Amino acid sequence: MSEIQLDSDLHYKQESVLKQRKTSSERWRRIKRNKLLYLMILPGALYFIIFKYVPMYGLVIAFQDYKPYKGISGSEWVGFEHFTTLFNDPQFWQIFANTLILFGMNLLFFFPIPIILALMLNEVRHSLYKRTIQTLVYIPHFMSWVIIVSISFVMLTLDGGLINDLIVWMGFEKINFLLSQEWFRPMYVLQVIWREAGWGTIIYLAAIASIDPQLYEAARMDGASRLRQIWHITLPSIRNVIVLLLILKIGDILELGFEHVYLLLNSVNREVAEIFDTFVYTAALKNGQFSYGTAVGFFKSFVGLIMVIAANKLAKKFGDEGLY
Amino acid sequence: MVEDKKLGSRLFHITNYTLLGIIGLITILPFIHIIAGSFTTTAELARKPFVLIPTDWSLDAYRFVFSTDTIFRGLANSIGITLFGTLFSMFISCLMAYGLSRRDLDGRNVIMFFVVFTMLFSGGMIPTFLVVKQLGLIDSYLALIIPYTINAFNMIILKSFFQNLPEGLEESAKIDGCTDFGIFFRIVLPLSMPVLATISLFYAVTYWNTYLPAILYLNDSDKWPVQVILRQIVVLATGLNVDDSGFEDSAPPSQAVKMAVIVIATLPVLLVYPFLQKHFAKGAFVGSIKG
Repeated sequence: MSEIQLDSDLHYKQESVLKQRKTSSERWRRIKRNKLLYLMILPGALYFIIFKYVPMYGLVIAFQDYKPYKGISGSEWVGFEHFTTLFNDPQFWQIFANTLILFGMNLLFFFPIPIILALMLNEVRHSLYKRTIQTLVYIPHFMSWVIIVSISFVMLTLDGGLINDLIVWMGFEKINFLLSQEWFRPMYVLQVIWREAGWGTIIYLAAIASIDPQLYEAARMDGASRLRQIWHITLPSIRNVIVLLLILKIGDILELGFEHVYLLLNSVNREVAEIFDTFVYTAALKNGQFSYGTAVGFFKSFVGLIMVIAANKLAKKFGDEGLY
Repeated sequence: MVEDKKLGSRLFHITNYTLLGIIGLITILPFIHIIAGSFTTTAELARKPFVLIPTDWSLDAYRFVFSTDTIFRGLANSIGITLFGTLFSMFISCLMAYGLSRRDLDGRNVIMFFVVFTMLFSGGMIPTFLVVKQLGLIDSYLALIIPYTINAFNMIILKSFFQNLPEGLEESAKIDGCTDFGIFFRIVLPLSMPVLATISLFYAVTYWNTYLPAILYLNDSDKWPVQVILRQIVVLATGLNVDDSGFEDSAPPSQAVKMAVIVIATLPVLLVYPFLQKHFAKGAFVGSIKG
């Protein structure tokens, strides 16, 4: 992104040198000459205003006692009341903990896998084999969470599910994966890995492809083994990309996927499975607590934004480019 | 190369190839199991759990699934939403991306900032729901399309692609008296086929997989896309999800029937995948790293 921005900065600078004292009428002329381009941007801009920025304004209902029939202008202002209730609600902290644990498990168990998988794929010299494996591991990414969860359920169910039949065949007791608290988190993370690990390799493979081959040549001359080449050349070369994706991931700290968790949620695992998104959905759309639900959502978006900014600062401190 | 013949190196390769083979198999076996299971009898599924190639071929599951028109209607809804949604999204996204790709445009950095900011912060589910409701889109197919017109990430990929086309093309077309619309439709779009195919695939898959918008905005079950029906038949019946189940009164569907419904909801994506798969690794993502 920076390269392009630099480019256009340069462009603007040159322009301003050429046309010293750029008058507003000149700029106006340029805008008028490009009016078709503005017309092309308009529908998209309207989309962003209506469906992204108006909802940001809608966050004010977190500070109101919002009544659907009164609307934002007619509802009563209550200040931070909903947030006070929120922070005093033990269920809120339970949800907060659930969210953090799932996030931590994602970071620990999912994040490294695409990197390792990309390194492994990169070592394959046989291009047909490589492409076949890639084709296979990309597929689940294109399946909806409903499909991924449905396949898991059919395989994990107690009567006639493949996994439980295998467990019985090996002489163990059946496990009720779907109605249990202990199995919710492993199930969640394994499904994330199954769906996204292959797809996650794309960006690393592209980064690896841009490494100067002479580096490997030199390392081979010095007698470095495959593993040493990976450790001393490939990994340091893709460090920037790893850091960048880590920032993005940390920014998404509370984005655990509403659909995914909602589909796995039931009365038995609710205590460990309820996260911010599912709570917002239940509070607002099932129980009609619009303002309370919005306050929870606001808290989530706000923490997310703070986390991106913080992670970005941290990345810059350690000498990487960062996101912006 | 001498080094490659060393034992260590050979061992490394054998291990690597084997592991990757296993990973590939693990990824794909559940799909094969589901497809095979859907074409067999419940008796065979009960007899040997790990069906990969059915011995008792049977279309009973599909006959049962298509005996009511629930699935037909879901498929029709999903196909319609996917076709119209993809076309609409591509049209609006490409227009905006092209406008923003032109460097001589005043204020384009400001607009880009406002686009990127929506990727970092959002109003969230409830305020968005209220906007959709205010616009009168509840229980309308449009509620599954219009609020999702542009995916900022897709639009930025399109923009970087358009931006990397040689600038001379546009200038010479302008000298020949071509308008911006003309340049866009007659020069830029035809030169951008790989990225258009890729982004169309992304949009189409998103619309085909649409689920959350449907449970948020549609109360009318006649308009449900196939994903919601899949959830009703498989997830609610198996996971005993307590929130709202439409299938409480009937007996839970058999394994083979659940598998058949999964196959039906998956098939369209699996069918287009091989045709478009070759594009995406190259076209879109290499560009997006630098862009």
